[in-house]
Amino acid sequence: MTRLSEALAGKEFVITAELSPRKGTLVTNFIKTVHALQGKVHAINITDNQRAIMRMSSLAASYLVLREGMEPIYQITCRDRNRLAIQSDLIGASALGIKNVLALTGDHPSVGDSPEAKPVFDLDATTLLHTITRLNAGSDLDGHPLKGATDLFPGAALTPQTEPLEPVLLTMERKISAGARFFQTQPVFDMDAFRSFATLTGRFGTPVIVGILLLHSAQQAQDLNAGVPGIKIPDVMIRRLGEAADPRREGIDIAAELIRSARNIAQGVHIMTVGQEKDLPVLLERISG
Amino acid sequence: MIVTEQKPDREVLEAVQKYRRVFIIGCGSCATASRTGGEEECRSWTEKLRENGKEPSGYSIPQETCHVLLMKSTIRQSAEASSSDAFLVLACGAGVQAVSAASDRPVVAGLNSMFLGTTERVGEFLKYCSLCGNCVLSRTAGICPVTRCPKGLLNGPCGGMVDGRCEVDRTAACVWVAIYDRLKARGDQGKLAQMNAPKPYVSARQRKVEPVNISRKSAGRNAR
Repeated sequence: MTRLSEALAGKEFVITAELSPRKGTLVTNFIKTVHALQGKVHAINITDNQRAIMRMSSLAASYLVLREGMEPIYQITCRDRNRLAIQSDLIGASALGIKNVLALTGDHPSVGDSPEAKPVFDLDATTLLHTITRLNAGSDLDGHPLKGATDLFPGAALTPQTEPLEPVLLTMERKISAGARFFQTQPVFDMDAFRSFATLTGRFGTPVIVGILLLHSAQQAQDLNAGVPGIKIPDVMIRRLGEAADPRREGIDIAAELIRSARNIAQGVHIMTVGQEKDLPVLLERISG
Repeated sequence: MIVTEQKPDREVLEAVQKYRRVFIIGCGSCATASRTGGEEECRSWTEKLRENGKEPSGYSIPQETCHVLLMKSTIRQSAEASSSDAFLVLACGAGVQAVSAASDRPVVAGLNSMFLGTTERVGEFLKYCSLCGNCVLSRTAGICPVTRCPKGLLNGPCGGMVDGRCEVDRTAACVWVAIYDRLKARGDQGKLAQMNAPKPYVSARQRKVEPVNISRKSAGRNAR
């Protein structure tokens, strides 16, 4: 059992934050942020070459989090590794004590900083979840027995703000059958729209943790809308950020409001920042009251 | 149809650098239809070689350049080909290797082989098949995600699908949404809730297809 799995099972409102490993070996600030999150979140998501930008491995960075006494959610994508590498990393993670895993397909290399890299995608998010289920049951994907099964708590991603919606729901159903025990969504900015989405996903009975993105300027919000698939920040929010005397504080206010309304709809929030990790503790302080 | 594209001139000229007499071999099938290895392209490369101080010794456009025996006779029957220092082959990878297998002289590839194309109209080819060795089309409403999804996903759509569009190319439709639309039209979209197992990667194991024995005895065996 992980702290995350216990909290979800106990219907606690779960709070997780996201940290990106560094591009390089200097981890001082990374560790500092981990310390600042201590006691404020249930777990910390560690991204795997997010947006296909090459960084320290999510496995190593997840271990750094664990070593500091915090619980990581180890994100693993199918972009950079075939089924051999993925399985050996998962076994390694479990042996190190990293138990929460978020199984992702991964962004295509063409959107990142190594656009000429060979995309692997030997597995996909669904077959990755299936692989974790197999490893937990004591055998590898090809049926060979393991000396010691893994003890992983697998989750998956969910895209709530898109059309057509039915294939998204069918994908969710497929991921649950393959072993997903919880879902984390991409950033949501319209909680009313999310409420109606949540009524559709509620029938599956698998907890959904809703994504919250901490904004810090109107320009950033516009860039995200233009550049990141699936992000739809409403104009009224962009206006608020643009007119605010202190846009960073306004961003924190907006995130706090979204988190407040998420409390009755989702089983938790997953807070993401784009390079504004230092504002995370302020936001967490705000919502703890 | 094997779709090919011209390599950049500089790359080809660099590859022929060491050779003086160069014989050009096009292809009368796919590369002619792709307009990369027909009459026009063979002439144009003859000119380019000459401009770059080479001695183009002639060209030939066999019916099927991917045929080793045909390449052997093509080279044997042509004095110009037989006396050349190297071959510049304007054909797909299978064609280049047939020439390479037919002669011990060096070959230079003039084209990049792209994909197995479906012809939309003359000269326009759609990337629909990648010869992956394990066809999934019966399960995916006759639309190949291995080739047409940039990630080759067997279980889609992925999180990069936004409003029916693909994350890699925002102007392109997500192929998994196309598959969903097709299935839905038949009331069969529930298929998407079932996992397609990881694909067996078989292409590395298959080295050769043996001739089919059509004698009655073996036909009976094959039919079993």
